[in-house]
Amino acid sequence: MSASLEEASAAVADAARSPDPMRTTPCRVRRVLRETADTFTLVLEPPGGSLGFAPGQFDMLYAFGAGEVPISISGDPGVPEVLVHTIRAVGSVTRMMQRLRPGDRVGVRGPFGTSWPVDLAHGHDVVVIAGGIGLAPLRPALLHLLAHRGLYGRLVLLYGARTPKDILFPRDLREWRGRFDVAVEVTVDRASPDWQGAVGVVTRLVDRAPFDPGSTLGLVCGPEVMIRFAVAALERRGVPSSEIHVSLERNMKCAVGLCGHCQMGPVFVCRDGPVFPYERVRPFFGLREV
Amino acid sequence: MTTGSTGGDGLLLEVAGLEALLAALRRHGYGLVGPRVRDGAVVYDTLGSVADLPAGWTDEQEAGRYRLVRRNDAALFGFGLGPHSWKRFLFPPSTVLWHARRADGGFEVVAETPPAAPLALVGVRPCELAALAVQDRVLLGGPWADPDYRARREALFVVAVHCTRPGATCFCASLGTGPRAPSGFDLALTEIPRPDGPAFLLETGTAAGEALAAEVPCRPASDAERREAESAVAAAAGAMGRALDPQAARGALGTAWESPRWEAVARRCLACGNCTLVCPTCFCSTVEDTSDLAGETAARTRRWDTCFGVGFSYVHGGSVRTSVAARYRQWITHKLATWHEQFGTCGCVGCGRCITWCPAGIDITEEARAVAGRSAGRGAS
Repeated sequence: MSASLEEASAAVADAARSPDPMRTTPCRVRRVLRETADTFTLVLEPPGGSLGFAPGQFDMLYAFGAGEVPISISGDPGVPEVLVHTIRAVGSVTRMMQRLRPGDRVGVRGPFGTSWPVDLAHGHDVVVIAGGIGLAPLRPALLHLLAHRGLYGRLVLLYGARTPKDILFPRDLREWRGRFDVAVEVTVDRASPDWQGAVGVVTRLVDRAPFDPGSTLGLVCGPEVMIRFAVAALERRGVPSSEIHVSLERNMKCAVGLCGHCQMGPVFVCRDGPVFPYERVRPFFGLREV
Repeated sequence: MTTGSTGGDGLLLEVAGLEALLAALRRHGYGLVGPRVRDGAVVYDTLGSVADLPAGWTDEQEAGRYRLVRRNDAALFGFGLGPHSWKRFLFPPSTVLWHARRADGGFEVVAETPPAAPLALVGVRPCELAALAVQDRVLLGGPWADPDYRARREALFVVAVHCTRPGATCFCASLGTGPRAPSGFDLALTEIPRPDGPAFLLETGTAAGEALAAEVPCRPASDAERREAESAVAAAAGAMGRALDPQAARGALGTAWESPRWEAVARRCLACGNCTLVCPTCFCSTVEDTSDLAGETAARTRRWDTCFGVGFSYVHGGSVRTSVAARYRQWITHKLATWHEQFGTCGCVGCGRCITWCPAGIDITEEARAVAGRSAGRGAS
C-alpha cells in the first residue's frame, strides 16, 4: 500500500472511531448510473469532502426510514471527493435506493473494514478474480493498481458474470482491454447469440492466465462457492495460499464488531474483514452453515 | 454502633443500616434497581426501600424449571438468580439510537441524549459482576466502543452480594467467577441469616463505596461474624448443582464443527432464543428503522437479537445458518470457544440461567461435556 493509502486508512480509522459509530451522515446524491437491469451506481457527495477510503472497504448506506445496508465502495481511491457505490437491487432498502435521484440524500456511515493489501504486490504479478457484483469491491483496487502500474508486474483480471447483460462496468472493461499492460478475460455462465467471449465459470480462466505463480498476489471476490473454486484453481497453478486474499459477505447491522451478526467462527467479517488473508478463513470454507 | 466507620473489610450492617444505605444512594442521585418478586419470579426492577426486596423467598431451579418457594427465615438475598440479568439496565432490550427528520431537501440526524439518572444496582451476584466485566470487554474494549453502554456503565454504582445460596443450575465455582467477588463492586455485602432478620458483612471496593459507607450506621464486625460470613460463601462454592471445565470446553468446541451431537441437540432445541435473552453476556443486537406515515420523521432503534433466529444470518439469497443444529452450534461455540479468541475471556460466567429457562431443558454443561467426550467431531483446523 502506498503512503497515501496508508494515510487515508489511518484518517478513515480515526473518523470511524468518532464518538458514535452508529450515527449516519446524510450525503447528497450527485448521480445515479444504471449499470445493468438490477444494478446501479450511486455517486455521493460527503459534506465537507471525503474522508478517503482504501480499496475493499465498505460503507453502511441508509435510505431514509427504510433501513441500512452494507455496500462496498466501488469508486476510485484517487478521486476521494465522491463516494461511489455499486448496488444490486435485491431487497426493500436497495430497491428504494434504486429510485433515488440527483439531489436526494443517503445516510452514510464508514468507511469500515479491511482493504485489499495491494502494497504486498509491489514488484509482483496481481491476479484479480471477480464473480458478479464481486467486481464492485475490486474496482478500487484495479484503479489503484492501474494508477500505479509501474510498481507491479503482470496484471490480470478474470471476471465472470451470469449473462452478457449482467456484465458490470463495461466502459471500464473496454478501456482496460485497450491497454497493453493488463490482461482482461470475461466469461459468462449463459451466453446470448451475439456473445463472442468465453462461456463457463470464471475459475476455468485461471489455468490459462498469464502470471508467475511463484510471484503473484491473488485477490478474489464473488459468491462463496466461486471463491472456493477460484482459490483452488490458484493453488493448482502454484500460488501459495498465503498470497491469496478474499472478500466475504455476511449479515451486518453495526459494521463495527458490536452486533454479532457477521461472525464466521471467531472472526467478525465487518471488523476483521471483509478482506481476509485466505489462510485466516480457510478452516470455515469447507464447513456447512458456519 | 458507630456511624461513619470507614476503611477495612469488616463492617457489620443491620437491616436498618441497609435501609440507610439505600437512602444515601438515593440522596446522591442514584436511581435504585434491585431484586423484587413479580409474576412468580425474582426480577430486577426499581427499588423503593428494603421492604421491596424478596424477604423470605427462595427458589427451586432445574433444567426447564423455576419455582418460588418460602424460606423459613427473612433473608433478603436468599434466592438464586431469576430470569433477568443486569444487562437490561446497561444494554437495554430496546434503545433509540437516533431520530431523523426531513429538512432542506434532505434529512438531518438528531442523536438520542444519553440517560439522565445514574443507576445503583443493589444485589449483584459475583457471577453477574463477572458478566459485567465480560460486557465491558465486548462493548468497550474493542476498536469501537458503544457510547450508550459507556454512558450507563460509567455512571453505575454497584452493591454486590456475595453468593451464599447457589441454585441447582449454577456453576460459577467451576468457572472461577464466584461465589465470592474479589473486585468489581463499590460495596459488597455478605448476608448472615438470623432468626430476627439478617445482618450483613459490608466491604468497600472503591473510594465511592467508602464515602457512601461512611454515611451509613454500622459497626466493626466481630471475628466470629466475619468467619460466619466467610464460611457461608465457602459452603456455597461446594453447593453448585452443575460444573463446567472451561478449558476442556474451549478445546473441544473449537474443533467440533462437525460433531454429530449438533443434530442430537437440534432435535430438542426449539430455537426460541430464551437462552440468549436470559444470558447476562449475550450481546447480539439488530437495528430497526422506522418512519411515520408521512415520511417526515424516522428513527433507528437497536433491539436485542438472537443467533437462534433464522433471519440472524440472512444475506441476499438466504440465511447462512438455516438448520437449528448450526444455530445451536454457533451459540455454544461462540460462548465457550470463539469468545476467547475475540475477547480474551470465556463468554460464560456460570449463572445457569440458560439451563433453567430453556423450555426444553437443554443444559450447556451437559452439551459441552458431550461434545468434549466425542472424538467423532472432525476439527475445522
